Amino acid sequence: MTEALRQFNERRRHVLGGMGDRWRALPRWQRWLTLLAGVAFLYYLPFLGDIPGTNLIIPGLDWFRTDSIDGGANWAGVLFVCALYVLVAIGLNVVIGLAGLLDLGYVGFYAVGAYSVALFGSAESPVVGALQDQFGLSQDWAIAWAICIPIALAFSLVAGVLLGWPTLRLRGDYLAIVTLGFGEIIRIVAKNSGWAGEAQGVPGIPGPEGPPSPDNKVFGLLDIKPWYWLALSVVLLMVLLVRRLEHSRVGRSWLAIREDEDAAAVMGVYPFKFKLWAFAIGAALGGFSGLLFASRSAFIQPETFNVQLSILFVAMVVVGGSGNMAGVAVGAFLLAYLPERFRDFSEYRVLAFGLALVLIMLLRPQGLLPSRRRTRELQDRAKEAPVNVA
Amino acid sequence: MNFDALFGDLAQHTVDGLSKGAIYALVALGYTLVYGVLRLINFAHSEIFMVGTFAILGTWSLLGVADNPPIGMAIVYLLIGLVVGALASGATALTVERVAYRRLRRMNAPPLIFLITAIGLSLVLVEIFALWMAGFFSGRGFTENRLVIGIPPLLKQETVLSVAGADITNVQIIMVASALAMLYGLDQFINRTRYGRGVRAVAQSPDTAALMGVHQDRVIMLVFVLGGLMAGAAALLWNMRYGITKFDIGFVVGLKAFTAAVLGGIGNLRGALLGGLLLGVIEVYAATLTRSTWEDVAAFVVLVVVLIFRPTGLLGESLGKARA
Repeated sequence: MTEALRQFNERRRHVLGGMGDRWRALPRWQRWLTLLAGVAFLYYLPFLGDIPGTNLIIPGLDWFRTDSIDGGANWAGVLFVCALYVLVAIGLNVVIGLAGLLDLGYVGFYAVGAYSVALFGSAESPVVGALQDQFGLSQDWAIAWAICIPIALAFSLVAGVLLGWPTLRLRGDYLAIVTLGFGEIIRIVAKNSGWAGEAQGVPGIPGPEGPPSPDNKVFGLLDIKPWYWLALSVVLLMVLLVRRLEHSRVGRSWLAIREDEDAAAVMGVYPFKFKLWAFAIGAALGGFSGLLFASRSAFIQPETFNVQLSILFVAMVVVGGSGNMAGVAVGAFLLAYLPERFRDFSEYRVLAFGLALVLIMLLRPQGLLPSRRRTRELQDRAKEAPVNVA
Repeated sequence: MNFDALFGDLAQHTVDGLSKGAIYALVALGYTLVYGVLRLINFAHSEIFMVGTFAILGTWSLLGVADNPPIGMAIVYLLIGLVVGALASGATALTVERVAYRRLRRMNAPPLIFLITAIGLSLVLVEIFALWMAGFFSGRGFTENRLVIGIPPLLKQETVLSVAGADITNVQIIMVASALAMLYGLDQFINRTRYGRGVRAVAQSPDTAALMGVHQDRVIMLVFVLGGLMAGAAALLWNMRYGITKFDIGFVVGLKAFTAAVLGGIGNLRGALLGGLLLGVIEVYAATLTRSTWEDVAAFVVLVVVLIFRPTGLLGESLGKARA
């Protein structure tokens, strides 16, 4: 039985590994063309099964849509959430996959981003209310959405540095628990502080077209497609940026630190500095994702940002294959999409999720779509395994 | 900040904190034991505690325990509860080790992977109770599993002692005394027996211990079982003191207990006790000062501060060193 499994695994590894090689061997223009087609398909996704502008449908594709089942969620809405989670996964991948720091409190940065746009952008938030009173502004005044973006990025970046500064000197598993605590602290602070709207949360959060209202033409409340395209564009932009970063001096330093911190330090890479960078960049991406989430929902409350969400984020990265951007994107998409598509089993979805985590980690600890480097690291470790007295 | 409330009744709050901390201390021992030997955080330990509370509740409802039975019967029920809780938690701990960790240990996987399987397994355990078992154990059949479930009180909580203005109840005395007794027993076991020597040897150097003929897997199983036993005892104390349980109580208790273990010095048995009691007291103080809103934040702030200024905890971390 185990032998059969092992053989199957070998064969599969051969096929998948071969795919990567064949992909890299293609001429440059073919790869570009494929990528372009892929991106075009991503933008087309909300229409999946329909041909826009006509009444024609493509049979079969319909099955994948979440609104094809009874009581299914809005398909574009699900895609929007998928895109948000992919953004989160890309940010968290910088922290976990590249720099090798286990952050269980990533939801804290997501919350900081969401609360930044809520507290500064919504005319109904306590912070804006205080500003209105202070400077004698009208009741409708609030900071514009576009200006909230740099504010949210700055706040989450600062939160990342503030959390990282004291804790990044700790060993890995301590870091995990401290960050877990940090995520909880953010939530409890938001819940208990008057300036953050307490447990009721903050309503009236603006989008690109200003405060939520039925008159908004593009980024409205009902049609979620534009939101998805917005999030997708942000994701693609960030993929490009992070990819550049990965192959830069900074990215190489992260890999060096992940593989052997002491060796990296000896070679002149100052681990603390680069870890802090990873933390701050990851935090900013998480904050951006939180901002998009808050803008779309128009209303947030602290209970959204709980530990379970944080664990889901980590699971996306690890299941997808930490260290590989395509892997974590797939992981994020699957973990956001599958529970929605298979809602009939919604009662059992946490159970299935837990089982999946255990099984995937036991059978394929490098993740579904791992980076080559990471796979080799794991193989190296297995060779160094201590003596086993059976 | 409500300083009057705190200092007006300092002794009482200290007593409340100590009894609360006794539960943290017992759960913390499980984290510390596993960490001391394997250098990894057993994230699923909180669920081992949760299973204990339900097993005890199930046994009691099976025996048809009524509220406040005569004292003799109450003691019998409590002892049965202790045995059942310890067995259930110990068995769960063994299962966790077997399912989530053993294969990964063979692969020498990085700690991150262990953490993810542990999280996965703890979700599975929680959901099994949330979906089916909670109602079953409460004697209501397989329904209403996600609600808070009451536990029949066995000992009436009444003041038996007054020291320096603090009223101490019988349950509080039992809690602190049994935590101390359990720690003493465990300490003796680790330091005086042959098995304990094996545990310390593996904690110091797994490879050398294996060369000297210590059966590593058996030691690791032993450590998980010991942690489970302590969690089972903690579950009994929890049921006596709070009289409720729920499928998700493990999470918060586990997080606090872990904080306690780190506070005292993870890997250090006496540290776990000290950390647990201290954390209980700090929490009650914080709750009094801020009218309960910031109680949970206090634990995390303590954790962060300790880790920054003394990462090895108050008593230092080592199960391997002669003084456990």
